[in-house]
Amino acid sequence: MDIIEVPVSQKSENKKSQNKCGQSKDAQQPNKMETGDVEVKEEQTEQTIAFPPTFSVSEIKNKQRRHVMFMKLKQEKRKIKMEMKKQRKRQAKILGDKAPPKQVPKTIENQRVYDETTVDPEDEEIAFDEATDEFSAYFNGLTNPKVLITTSDRPRGRTVKFCRQLATVIPNAHVYYRRGLALKRVIPQCVARDFTYLMVINEDRKMPNGLVLCHLPEGPTAHFKVSSVRLRKEMKRIGKEPTEHYPEVILNNFITRLGHSIGRMFAALFPQKPQFVGRQVATFHNQRDFVFFRFHRYIFKNEKKVGIQEIGPRFTLKLRSLQKGTFDSKYGEYEWVLKRHAMDACRRKFQL
Amino acid sequence: MGDSSRPCTVWLGSETGILKGVSLSRRKALNFCHSSQMSRQHEVRTLCWGDPAESELLVAALDGTVKTFSLEKGTFTDVRQCGDPADGSFVGLATLDDGAGLVTCVGGGMLRVWKDESGEPAAKIRVGSNIARMRQNPEHRNKVATGGKENCLKVWDLEKPDVPVFTARNLRNDWLNLRQPHWVMDMAFIPGSDKVVTCTGYHQVHVYDPSTPQRRPVLEATYGEYPLTTLSLPATGGSVVVGNTHGQIAVLDLRKGLVRGCFKGMSGGVRGLQCHASQPLVASCGLDRFLRIHNLEDRRLQHKVYLKSRLNCLLLASRPLEDPEDASEDECVEVKEEDDVDEVWDAMERVGERGENPKRKMSPEEGENTKKKTSEEPENSKSGTLEEGENGVEETGGDQEKKTPEVEKEEDEEEEVKEPPKKQKRKKAKA
Repeated sequence: MDIIEVPVSQKSENKKSQNKCGQSKDAQQPNKMETGDVEVKEEQTEQTIAFPPTFSVSEIKNKQRRHVMFMKLKQEKRKIKMEMKKQRKRQAKILGDKAPPKQVPKTIENQRVYDETTVDPEDEEIAFDEATDEFSAYFNGLTNPKVLITTSDRPRGRTVKFCRQLATVIPNAHVYYRRGLALKRVIPQCVARDFTYLMVINEDRKMPNGLVLCHLPEGPTAHFKVSSVRLRKEMKRIGKEPTEHYPEVILNNFITRLGHSIGRMFAALFPQKPQFVGRQVATFHNQRDFVFFRFHRYIFKNEKKVGIQEIGPRFTLKLRSLQKGTFDSKYGEYEWVLKRHAMDACRRKFQL
Repeated sequence: MGDSSRPCTVWLGSETGILKGVSLSRRKALNFCHSSQMSRQHEVRTLCWGDPAESELLVAALDGTVKTFSLEKGTFTDVRQCGDPADGSFVGLATLDDGAGLVTCVGGGMLRVWKDESGEPAAKIRVGSNIARMRQNPEHRNKVATGGKENCLKVWDLEKPDVPVFTARNLRNDWLNLRQPHWVMDMAFIPGSDKVVTCTGYHQVHVYDPSTPQRRPVLEATYGEYPLTTLSLPATGGSVVVGNTHGQIAVLDLRKGLVRGCFKGMSGGVRGLQCHASQPLVASCGLDRFLRIHNLEDRRLQHKVYLKSRLNCLLLASRPLEDPEDASEDECVEVKEEDDVDEVWDAMERVGERGENPKRKMSPEEGENTKKKTSEEPENSKSGTLEEGENGVEETGGDQEKKTPEVEKEEDEEEEVKEPPKKQKRKKAKA
């Protein structure tokens, strides 16, 4: 077993590398393994030296030697991995159809803990609950969405542009300047003027960072954290402005009960019947509790190929609380509140 | 049909009008609906036991009706109209001794005593306006307490309905000499004395003592920053459990007014909270559609049950919640007789609830239910691992609450909840 590649004769390195190989292919050279204690790194005069099996690279105090050993370790591991891959490929070729299925890598979405609040599409109780909730008027076609977009007091640059771009994306949306008015006073006036949604974009240091979405007659209020806002001028290959046509809406991956409520909230922002002539689509994609909003224009080149072009602002939302009733953060009843300590503890459990 | 309702030890009312019974020992949750048509008008506002033997439940709905549910039969047996829904929704329901009558209170302020089956109340008391809750003293059952927004706590004696026995006074003006706002959300009578504990919408807990001349609170404690919606007194006195709109549930000490500890897990507003009469357990339900049962001593989560609608109120049976007697399918055992056997079972060391599963035998009537009733085995680790309970191994068995839904409209009375499709094996029913 020749491991000596470093010109400087540092027997400790030899020892360690030998031990590494010994550990990975330990079946082959059992006689080299020494069951000594961990702290003692004795330099033996022979080349074939064994290390205590519990030795690890991190115990070498010298940074350079440690780095070298670590690189060697990685290379060995890489070699082994390549070998395995080649072997598997060869096997698959030989066996043809009878080959074992391809191994699927573990991702966080794969490993997601099963949520018992996942909505079963055939569940009658949940279907009734949704059929009679606050959005039923919209989904039965009785009301048309009318959105009021405003900001926190005294907005600056980016937030103002963001509001204006949002107003082009959402049909029937009006932007109003918030003159320091209290939301609880604004809400009855909106209801009187037939608005169905109130959207308040919160600003911090000239950047939008929060969104309060309040469904108006008496509907739930959702508070989101906004991040990664990209305005139109920051997007590449952007074309013309979006037109006034009603876009289609795509809601992806809202599977739990809470996800359903939020999905319905987003859906009710847009009119029920999209105008396909406009070829515009708004997407709300939920992944790992973050909702990504994108706005595209598409064109079908032929039956199978479609080209899309992203227009419109893009942003990411994370739900912080869902409150039953219109905006009342102090005395309202919350249907769901993000409690980071409890909910963010498990990396594989998601709420939406 | 009574077989499914008798072992249920926790009863909950939901916003969709469905009465849910949960049997912890069998790990089942069942839906009972009065009519085959679900309607929001039947939203359950309050629940209460119809008789001391706990064989009947009174369910008060949003449209002003009070329904009687018989546990023996497992169906709704009676409906009576108690008031006009325009007056406000029910905030309190109580029964008088000897089945003498029913006391109802609505948010608009009318407290009515109903006797017999007549359509008119025997007595009417105006208790103010904007009532949030009415509660009955469990020891002196003719005394009730009411309170609401800007409506101080009042204790009424139903035999002398003209004037309240005790009216509380608002707190003193604060340091700026401004009047303190006042909003009573829930109250409870402390057993063994005349005192009343209330929790307010301004995150305060007050204790009033009618036997003293002081009409202001004797003790004041605060918790959190959000309105406290419900409270409950544990069987071992000296403390009170409160819940607020943010899903925080805490136990406060009534001697000094300090927080003893919190019960974690709830993520929505707490709407129903009750401590068990003998066991150190507290059950909570709320807007996040879960029923949670915590242990009072170590404040750990013992059971978590997903019930698909928002829950408004809950009621616990007096017998032990995980009655081992319920686990066996001997339906001839009456509810009342089980009490004697419970002592024996309770004295035994509880090693793990898993042992109950093999004991369970399916009776033919349960055949229809068993199809869904999968996943009680501990091997259903998928949901078992979900549990937020930090319990040891022994409790994981108990943590799995599977709602096994299958909607049946055959009898138009009872509905069973369907379980979401899972990849586990189904247990074969042993008919």
